[in-house]
Amino acid sequence: MSQALQYIFSGITVGSIYAIVALGFNLIYSTTGIVNFAQGEFVMLGGMTAVTLSRFLPLPLAIMGAVALVALAGGSLEVVFFRRLRRPTILQMIIITIGLSIVIREAALHLWDEQVRALPYFTGEATSSVTVLGAGISPQVFWVLGTVAVAVLLLHLFLRGTLMGKAMRACASNLEASLLAGINAANTRTLSFMLSAGLGALGGCIMSPITMTQYDMGTSLAIKGFAAAMLGGIGNHMAAVLAGLLVGLAESFSVFVLPAAYKDATAFAILLLVLFVRPHGLFRAREVGASVREF
Amino acid sequence: MKRARGMAGLTAFAALVVGVQLMTRAAGTEYYLTQLTMTAYYTVVVLGLCLVMGYAGQISLGHGAFFAIGGYTSAVLTTHDVTAWATASPVGRVLDRAGVFVERTTLYGGDVLSVNPWLAFVCAVLLSLFVALVIGYPTLRLKGHYLAMGTLGFGLIVYRILVGSRLTGGADGIAAVPPWHLLPGLVLTGRLGWRVANYYIAWGFAGLVLVFILNVVQSRTGRALRSIHDGEMAANAMGIDTAGYKLKVFVISAVLAAMAGSMLTHYSAGIGPSEADVMKSVRYVTLVAAGGMANVWGALIVGTVLTFLSLRGTFGSLDHAVFGFILILIMTLAPQGPLRPVAAGVRAVLGTLCARLASRRHAGRVPAAEETPAA
Repeated sequence: MSQALQYIFSGITVGSIYAIVALGFNLIYSTTGIVNFAQGEFVMLGGMTAVTLSRFLPLPLAIMGAVALVALAGGSLEVVFFRRLRRPTILQMIIITIGLSIVIREAALHLWDEQVRALPYFTGEATSSVTVLGAGISPQVFWVLGTVAVAVLLLHLFLRGTLMGKAMRACASNLEASLLAGINAANTRTLSFMLSAGLGALGGCIMSPITMTQYDMGTSLAIKGFAAAMLGGIGNHMAAVLAGLLVGLAESFSVFVLPAAYKDATAFAILLLVLFVRPHGLFRAREVGASVREF
Repeated sequence: MKRARGMAGLTAFAALVVGVQLMTRAAGTEYYLTQLTMTAYYTVVVLGLCLVMGYAGQISLGHGAFFAIGGYTSAVLTTHDVTAWATASPVGRVLDRAGVFVERTTLYGGDVLSVNPWLAFVCAVLLSLFVALVIGYPTLRLKGHYLAMGTLGFGLIVYRILVGSRLTGGADGIAAVPPWHLLPGLVLTGRLGWRVANYYIAWGFAGLVLVFILNVVQSRTGRALRSIHDGEMAANAMGIDTAGYKLKVFVISAVLAAMAGSMLTHYSAGIGPSEADVMKSVRYVTLVAAGGMANVWGALIVGTVLTFLSLRGTFGSLDHAVFGFILILIMTLAPQGPLRPVAAGVRAVLGTLCARLASRRHAGRVPAAEETPAA
């Protein structure tokens, strides 16, 4: 029982990171139609920047600084590389994000190095644990779950309640109509890149004490997050969160049936399975406009 | 006219292959031939991918994995010692009689039986064919670029399996793959005495693939694919099975990658899991994009030059970064490829010259269907 609980907790902890990456995919995808292959790099950049900033700033400030910096970087990517494209094809945009992911990764390798880094645990140390129903859980796990829950809630309120959020949803649902309504679509796109990058960076910071941060962690995170986004149905934000947790749980329980070396392959297998069996995801998105179905 | 231009191109290609070999001999730099031979095999992958990206309009991020499937199938089958099985079990004896196994000498001087490289090659082709069908069938039926993510996931799975499995030698890969006796007196091997012959084997193979691809592009399939490119819905309405053609092209290119992988494995006498690395697959995508997407000759030229420079270590520790930069620059500044404006310029100059010399002759050419107006 306590062992199963242990697996469940580790599952939802990594799962919540996949959820964050999946949300990032969705945010950019639904407003721009771009599948951003550099999504995992935002997470890496967040962790790396926070580790560096934490040398001369207190931890909360370092994390906030990292999130802000990466959000700025994400926004400027959109301004520099995508805004000036006229009538780009999907192929073209995907290839650009692939190129960006490589360049960001290589830049990180040269800026930092190939060493594995980590932020300190937010409370307690690596060895401290809280006992829940007989299972020893690291306090960091609660930090991760709490932060993700708050971030998701805030994002939800932002998209539902604010004018900017509504504009983003309008662009996702029908671009031409939202242009007619006077929405500045270009700025909305930049905003979606910033949000997505900032969210990823936040995920990278809170996970850093547990999973460590390394320059080449992005690719596999990106594909696992994409698996979650697909599982939830692309464009469906809340389903993406749930699907992220599911992918994390599946991965954590896969050690019962597969050798641990293949643990990573679980998420990829889920991705392929979803593509084959239910390309629209487990939950059919209610709020999906024409632009999303195009992909 | 198109055919004449194709013939001229192929002649130039053959002349260049021979010319480079003679030049390295004259300059005393024959060691270049080793990298040039490897370049030929990687270029075959690029040519195949050119069909998928340029003509079917899809991205595959799994071509490194197909290359590795080909290479590893050959490596595992031709290095696995089956002596005991082939002599003891009745099935093994029948297969042995049928010529399935060949005798080879191991590193330690013992004689053992292993699968014939020809048969291993056939197995590699069949396996990659099967896998490509399994991956391509569902993803290509969906609209958009699910193939990109599907193949990326597939590539990562293959990489993990290669690193994690004992059969494939884990992170070390497989070494001491035996030479492949293609024909009597023609051996595919990396041994020094066979260097020039293998250079010609590799580029001969690349040449055949080039002819094949040019034919596909100009065949019914090529026309169907161009129509998909111009307007998928219209093509569908005309009764063109767009998903079927995309699948066909994807499978062809996967098999070509596996063939190249199998041959290169015999040439370098070994293979490691890095062949299935995502970066390798991205690299093939870069080369096709840099060649100008729907441009077989561009893919050939750019693919050869950049692969050769990379294999020579010209870019040092910036190797990956260089490819990333090229990818971004090409896609943002010249999505039609850097060669096309140059070619257009040359053509324009030649055109005015020709027009002056003989007013009857038509200069330049009618813009082909695949040339969408520059955005």
